[in-house]
Amino acid sequence: MFTATQHKQTTSRRTVVIASAAAALAALLPRLSSADPAAVTAALKKLYGDKPMTEGRIKLDVPPIAENGLVVPLNVEVESPMSETDYVTTVHVFADGNPLPGVVSYHFQPGGKASAGTRVRLAQTQNVVCVAEMSNGQVYMAKANVKVTIGGCGG
Amino acid sequence: MSTQVKPRIRIPATAAKGELIEIKTLMSHAMETGQRKDAAGKTIPRKIINKFTAAFNGKTFFEADWHPAISANPYQSFYFKAQESGEFTFTWKDDDGSVYTATSNLTVG
Repeated sequence: MFTATQHKQTTSRRTVVIASAAAALAALLPRLSSADPAAVTAALKKLYGDKPMTEGRIKLDVPPIAENGLVVPLNVEVESPMSETDYVTTVHVFADGNPLPGVVSYHFQPGGKASAGTRVRLAQTQNVVCVAEMSNGQVYMAKANVKVTIGGCGG
Repeated sequence: MSTQVKPRIRIPATAAKGELIEIKTLMSHAMETGQRKDAAGKTIPRKIINKFTAAFNGKTFFEADWHPAISANPYQSFYFKAQESGEFTFTWKDDDGSVYTATSNLTVG
């Protein structure tokens, strides 16, 4: 009987310890500014104005569900002959639920392949937006949603 | 986290003419976002590598502008079409002004 009571006490103390640890961790987390898809729209407008953006040609490879938002693999591939006259000049990647919308910008040269991979931080479940500018000025875009289980950016 | 900065590169040493080779680079760096606060509630200042450049025989063929959303120990993979033998130069530029470089030779034959 006594042992059982003691055991119960230990459990509750452990619960308290876990709870306070969680509270301490939560206090450490930065106050993330709320998800703002408008920031991405504004960034795109600043880059390309009212230029029409066509869907397609971009293969945006991100996992649909990321267990760890601190390290999310992100691969971008743009269909292009990459010749001297027709190639991909720039690729921008944005995340609309991060405190800062910018993720990465790539600058390519003719020759080779317009493909690059990296690992990114995603603060929460959100859309990843990718735009690619061609040497003839055409702009393509692609969007993908990533569900994030544990947030990145300081978590 | 350690402030030791050490690049690691995976790249073939030889390639056939016209072959498309994949280059993978990994840099040890904390990539401090500037969004985090320390225990005292003070913002930890941003310190990231903001630019990565890859050049072959002095000619830049790939650039990446990294933002704070890039994970710690930044990884970057990209492609290069081998046409002639020469030397790759990889450059990482830090917020604090430091520049880290690494080189690698390629033999085309």
